[in-house]
Amino acid sequence: MTSQSLSALTIRNLYKSYGAVDVLKGINLEAQPGEFIALVGPSGCGKSTLLAMIAGLESVTSGEIRIGNRLVNSVPPKDRDIAMVFQSYALYPTMTVRQNITFGMESRGVPKADQAEAVKHVAALLQIEALLGRKPGQLSGGQRQRVAMGRALVRDPKLFLFDEPLSNLDAKLRVDMRTEIKKLHNRVGKTTVYVTHDQVEAMTLASRIAVMHQGSVQQFDAAQMIYSRPANMFVAGFMGSPAMNFIPAELGDGAGRPCVTVRTADGGTAALELAQPVPAGAPRNVVLGVRPEHIYRFSDDLKHRKRAIAAVKAPVELVEPTGAETLAVLRFGDLEVTGRFDPDGAPRMGETMTLGIDMARACLFDPTTQSLL
Amino acid sequence: MAELAAAIDLEAAAASRRHFWSRFAIYGLLTVFAAIYLIPLLVVVFNSFREQAEIARDGLISLPKTFRLEAWAQAWSTYCIAGTCQGMQRNFLNSLWMTIPATIISTLLGAVNGYVLSKWRFKGSEVLFTLMLLGVFMPGQIALMPWAFVLGKLGLTNSTYGLILVHVVQGISFTTLFCRNYYIGIPDDLIKAARIDGAGFWRIFWKIIIPLSPPILIVTVIWQFTGIWNEYLFGVVFTSGQAQPITAALVALTASGTTARSYDVMSAAVLIGALPPLLIYLFGGKYFVRGLTQGAIK
Repeated sequence: MTSQSLSALTIRNLYKSYGAVDVLKGINLEAQPGEFIALVGPSGCGKSTLLAMIAGLESVTSGEIRIGNRLVNSVPPKDRDIAMVFQSYALYPTMTVRQNITFGMESRGVPKADQAEAVKHVAALLQIEALLGRKPGQLSGGQRQRVAMGRALVRDPKLFLFDEPLSNLDAKLRVDMRTEIKKLHNRVGKTTVYVTHDQVEAMTLASRIAVMHQGSVQQFDAAQMIYSRPANMFVAGFMGSPAMNFIPAELGDGAGRPCVTVRTADGGTAALELAQPVPAGAPRNVVLGVRPEHIYRFSDDLKHRKRAIAAVKAPVELVEPTGAETLAVLRFGDLEVTGRFDPDGAPRMGETMTLGIDMARACLFDPTTQSLL
Repeated sequence: MAELAAAIDLEAAAASRRHFWSRFAIYGLLTVFAAIYLIPLLVVVFNSFREQAEIARDGLISLPKTFRLEAWAQAWSTYCIAGTCQGMQRNFLNSLWMTIPATIISTLLGAVNGYVLSKWRFKGSEVLFTLMLLGVFMPGQIALMPWAFVLGKLGLTNSTYGLILVHVVQGISFTTLFCRNYYIGIPDDLIKAARIDGAGFWRIFWKIIIPLSPPILIVTVIWQFTGIWNEYLFGVVFTSGQAQPITAALVALTASGTTARSYDVMSAAVLIGALPPLLIYLFGGKYFVRGLTQGAIK
């Protein structure tokens, strides 16, 4: 019971169905006070529905939503002590920025003097003082975004909800606003639930990430854990760009040490020594998951620097320099594997390269259950 | 270079000739159609200022040789219709007292209906909307008998209130259709944001929906005003004599001449009857076109 009373948001076994269609299937989540939680997943995974249910805009089919200690399943949105920033910003088009910010306080009957004080404070915080007299139509995308956040901030809620707030901005502005949101969260320290389909946003902003797929949470963990120890192949493939490589492999024993055998381009096989002992009950056929940045050009120096480097030869089929790094498509059997290299000593097209795979960072998955071994 | 320039000039000249003739044809055609609509109006306007004697002598279609306002004065206040010699003023006021409230009430109800059917959908709301739409396609005469029954039960026969009720109910289909289709274009996120902001059903309606509505409200008001003002069937069936709206009274006026027909007074009366919708179009017409063609607010 103590853990529940500590949480700012607790979701227990939450279901949502529209007729026969189950949109959410037993969601469990909690957020500590002040924590920044990201809900991430592809479109249609149910993340926006979940957020709308936390906001009270969608009804609960079964399960529990608690904000603080209070069960809010049937509490109307206005009484949940939440504020929400929408993807479309949802600024009231006929009102000025000031009226947009004060509309909620007007609705709740906050005295005029307090309203003015609150607007002043929020406008200073977001640097939108100069915009207070304008209509939303006269603002740029970034300015609208700020006003939308101002409208949420002025409420001083227990819980902030963000529904893909940056997806309508251009790439440059998106990165700027991402930084601003992070700074803002550090300053106000409010519990935040942030929905996004952008895994970079989730990684950079959130202390913990819930990866959702087909109406259920695949993994709910710290950002770094999600990245380095993904619970299953969906999470592994969704988080990270370019995506993790999945290489079918066979577990075996190479000179008394556990290893996996993978197929190589010349039709043969290569044994890669594992860094950890094989988990008990692992099937013989597994999937080896290797992130592109854990594939290096093999060298003795590398072998000394890293604890568990396995060498394997592969032909380079395509090279894509991006400036900061060079991506290369490498052939393993009939599979294409992407590697991410430093531009110095990057692979050349047509070369057959000896690769060093950092097996300490590699993951093994069960191909039938798709989960991490 | 010079030859090329000359060739281009020739081609340009030919093109501009073609342009001229196609323009000529277009404007010629438009003028013909404008004349078809305007000449009858002109004839009526002229006749309202001509002396009856002159009309009798020169015929109905002729340029005026005299100018007098007497026919207008007569039509307004002294002309005898079915034995009562008070002109059209009473009927004109009847029409105003009927049209203005009926327009306002039906427009407001349409706005509320449209708001509910687009932003507060409920189980069966689409079916309800479809049923309401049937009213758009239903000719008024189908409703004559039921209305006669209802007005009789309510004691509202031969009264302007009865006609207001009829026009409000008959108009709701249209006003609901207009407003609902307009409000569909207002993003749902606005409503959600307002709900989180603590606004309820009516506060959202008055503070967010209505301020976004002027384009569609203008369209609806013009549509309803002209439709109700010009409506004849209900007026002539459910009222008589002093209680009649102007459209019904106009017919009574043309039928009441026992001896020679006073074309001058009739013309003036017709114009008096046509003036309010004309004025509405004159002042609101551009909003009407804009409102009909404009997409919703993003």
